[in-house]
Amino acid sequence: MTGAPLLELDKLSTHYVSAQGSRVVRAVDEVTLSIHAGETLGIVGESGSGKSTLALTILRVLPPAARIVSGRMMFEGEDLVTKSDEEMRHVRGKRIAMILQDPMASLNPLFTIGDQVSEPIRVHEGESRAKAWTRARELLKAVRIPSPETRLTQYPHEMSGGMRQRIVGAIGIACEPRLLIADEPTTSLDLTIQAQYLKLLGDLQKAHGLALIFITHNLGIVAKMCDQLAVMYAGRVVESGPVSQIFNRPAHPYTRALLNSIPVMGDPDKRLTAIDGQPPDMSTMPPGCSFAPRCTSVMPRCREAEPPPFVVGEGRISRCWLAEPATGGAELRVAGGVA
Amino acid sequence: MKQYIIRRSSYSLLSLFLLSLTIFFFVRVTGDPATLLVEPGASAADIAAIHQRFGLDKPLWTQYGLFVWSLFQGDLGQSFYYQTPVFELYLDRLPNSLLLAFVAMSLSLLIGIPAGIMASVQVGRFWDGFGKLFTLLGQSLPSFLVGLVLILVFSVYLGWLPSSGAGTPLHLIMPAFALGWYFAASHMRLTRSSMLEVLGSEYIKLARLKGLPQSMIIAKHAFKNALIPVLTLAGINVVVMVNVAVVVETVFAWPGIGRLLYEGITFRDFPIVQGVVIMGGGMIVIVNLVIDILYAIIDPRIRLES
Amino acid sequence: MSTPADVIRLPSPAPRFTALRTFRIGDFPVIPVLILGVITFAAIFANLLAPHNPEVGSLAARFKPPFWLAGGSTEYLLGTDQLGRDVLSRLIFGARVSMVVGFTAVMVAGVIGTVLGIMAGYIGGWVDQVIMRLTDTWLALPALTFAIFLAAIVGPSMWNIVIILGAVYWTRYARVIRGEVLSLKEREFVRLAIVAGCSKPTIMLRHILPNVINSAIVLATLMLGVVIVTEASLSFLGVGVPPPEPAWGLMLSDGKQGLMVGYWWLTVFPGGCIVLMVLSANLIGDWLRVKLDPQLRQL
Repeated sequence: MTGAPLLELDKLSTHYVSAQGSRVVRAVDEVTLSIHAGETLGIVGESGSGKSTLALTILRVLPPAARIVSGRMMFEGEDLVTKSDEEMRHVRGKRIAMILQDPMASLNPLFTIGDQVSEPIRVHEGESRAKAWTRARELLKAVRIPSPETRLTQYPHEMSGGMRQRIVGAIGIACEPRLLIADEPTTSLDLTIQAQYLKLLGDLQKAHGLALIFITHNLGIVAKMCDQLAVMYAGRVVESGPVSQIFNRPAHPYTRALLNSIPVMGDPDKRLTAIDGQPPDMSTMPPGCSFAPRCTSVMPRCREAEPPPFVVGEGRISRCWLAEPATGGAELRVAGGVA
Repeated sequence: MKQYIIRRSSYSLLSLFLLSLTIFFFVRVTGDPATLLVEPGASAADIAAIHQRFGLDKPLWTQYGLFVWSLFQGDLGQSFYYQTPVFELYLDRLPNSLLLAFVAMSLSLLIGIPAGIMASVQVGRFWDGFGKLFTLLGQSLPSFLVGLVLILVFSVYLGWLPSSGAGTPLHLIMPAFALGWYFAASHMRLTRSSMLEVLGSEYIKLARLKGLPQSMIIAKHAFKNALIPVLTLAGINVVVMVNVAVVVETVFAWPGIGRLLYEGITFRDFPIVQGVVIMGGGMIVIVNLVIDILYAIIDPRIRLES
Repeated sequence: MSTPADVIRLPSPAPRFTALRTFRIGDFPVIPVLILGVITFAAIFANLLAPHNPEVGSLAARFKPPFWLAGGSTEYLLGTDQLGRDVLSRLIFGARVSMVVGFTAVMVAGVIGTVLGIMAGYIGGWVDQVIMRLTDTWLALPALTFAIFLAAIVGPSMWNIVIILGAVYWTRYARVIRGEVLSLKEREFVRLAIVAGCSKPTIMLRHILPNVINSAIVLATLMLGVVIVTEASLSFLGVGVPPPEPAWGLMLSDGKQGLMVGYWWLTVFPGGCIVLMVLSANLIGDWLRVKLDPQLRQL
């Protein structure tokens, strides 16, 4: 990749703090990632691994109990962490947009589609109602909604799930953002509609040259859609790099286990391996590597010290002691900061 | 749907039956109901006439039949004091009671809804705590006390408002406030919990993600959705207000049904007391039925339940 | 670049409004308990504490204001009423009425409601149907109107009021207790008791009752405030505790006439007593609710 990244996360941490301040959950822990314009980054992990919190952190719409405790988020040369609420509001929906998991619940049942699609245009660009509605109609056309003119005046309950999800997509691209974050946008859709929707997202990305962050637990979608991949486990990015390289030679045991758990088409003999054990309780994390209790290649040292991010190739890192360069000591190469 | 309405209506009929049975039972539990139903100091002939009229010398079930039959005809008995049928008196006073209830309801919503919204936006902070205090006071201050304090301040010391009677809008202010006070607290609580539920929804999250200003999220997206259950409760509470206003109407001498009940007490006019209780219970049973059916029409999930 | 919004303020959780906490030390509602304690003390030792006879006044000393106002004297600390009776003494004896009526009515309602609730929940079938239909019907009757109706029938006396309030309010217990019993019925220990051959009355008494008693106590505390307000309302309307017995509601009702001419002490003091007592009962009830039975929070 050439040029400066569009978004660059640097040791970003978001913690949930209980009301008494006694329990701390490190939902996002020292995450370092970057994405360039036009690129697609997939973020995978089990539920509760911090994927969604990471997305909400980038947009700074965290629940009240969550706090960004450290790190930087450089977006087009500005640090989003230090922006005021009001400044941040002008970023949301305008320069960075997000599509939520549940299309059925994402639309307000009491307002028309036209109202909800034109809303960001009116708020961010100060367009008149009529102009915003005209653009909303174009947007509905762009997400391939038939007869957009009549749909504008309808309410969400008059539409199917696939159609509502496209409308949510239309809201996402309404102000032509530079970055679109899609948080498991297809989990509640059936397979054919999923495929259509993914294609739609891909087309939109090409048409507008936007960067796409794709949050999912479906590695099949990652293989199809993404250029870059970050694997999250217990709030950490345990491995990241180009998709093809990671799929061919996973460096982290967790990534390997994840890849082994996808069914392969046309190979009925291949046994699927599930990952034993449960993700850890994030408020009482053991010392050492958080994956150690479930890891098949665990070593004594894994339970004592936490592996730092090791560089394992061009633009690739892995947080595993196995990835430690053999020489060790002074020549230990630790990736970090703005690498 | 039809089945639901039939089942729900038969429950209400059963309730009305039990209601009449309850009243019937209590009137006879202390002995001869004739002593309650005639004027104090009535002649033996009057008592005999009452016995005749309600069949008090016949078996109990015949008496009950006569009682229910007269209810069906809208006959709640004759007031001793006014010498007119209780049902007529009731209808005479109903408009005043409804007027008071509507104004009190409007006041309670004007206070309760904004307070509930403030509390929900500020969970655990100043306005939420203030709201909790308000709820506690709403539950703990009896309405006659609120009424008396209002009179003390606004009639006695400031002399701004008339302390009793009816006729001008000024007469309505204090009774409406005293009556609405308790309900304001309960509307506040419901608004708060309803708002919190809506604020946690996905479409509010999407509204945030769109970059809408907080004021617009609250006022446009959350408010409208949160209002539905509050307005439903308000609908039921108007009827409840008509029936609990006796203390407030007494304090302010407001000529409604509550005042009628008070007159029934002070003039030892038992048919009035009995009539007001029957009408009150019956109204509430019927309003509950109507609300349940309306809800079933709006929300298909209720129909499928049980 | 102004303030970093939700960043790096980690150690301090959102500041909480403390108005309610000022009623408490730590978790325990100290002041409400103290207030109820003082009222109980006054109720028990009313004979010793009251400086005057609460029912007999001297007509020479009518409408005396409290001692700190012009015309007041330390003989009548809180002034006198229209019959020249000492307000303070009447408040002290009034505490006795409120306490006796409040506690016994709550107990009567609690016993009836708990027994019927357990029977409805445990026996089920037509017993449940009858009890619950009756409960629903009685709940539809506006409580105060129903109480007035009953008072008009049985006539006013302190013990009649207790019975009336018990009859009006048992339904609130019955409904909650029945719900609890329904879920208890499915629990292991009850099933074991059935397998072990315990009789129905034994199971209800030995296994169910001890498990619903917490809820009953919490409800009772919360009902105390409601019952006291209703008692005061009945007295205020003239169908409560009959005069010359000094009930707070009655004092308010008598004092209303004096209000227009500025005899505020006849309403403010009894009113204040009612509010303090009800407020304390509600605060203690809330505390108990959270302490004893988190499931009841929805009540």
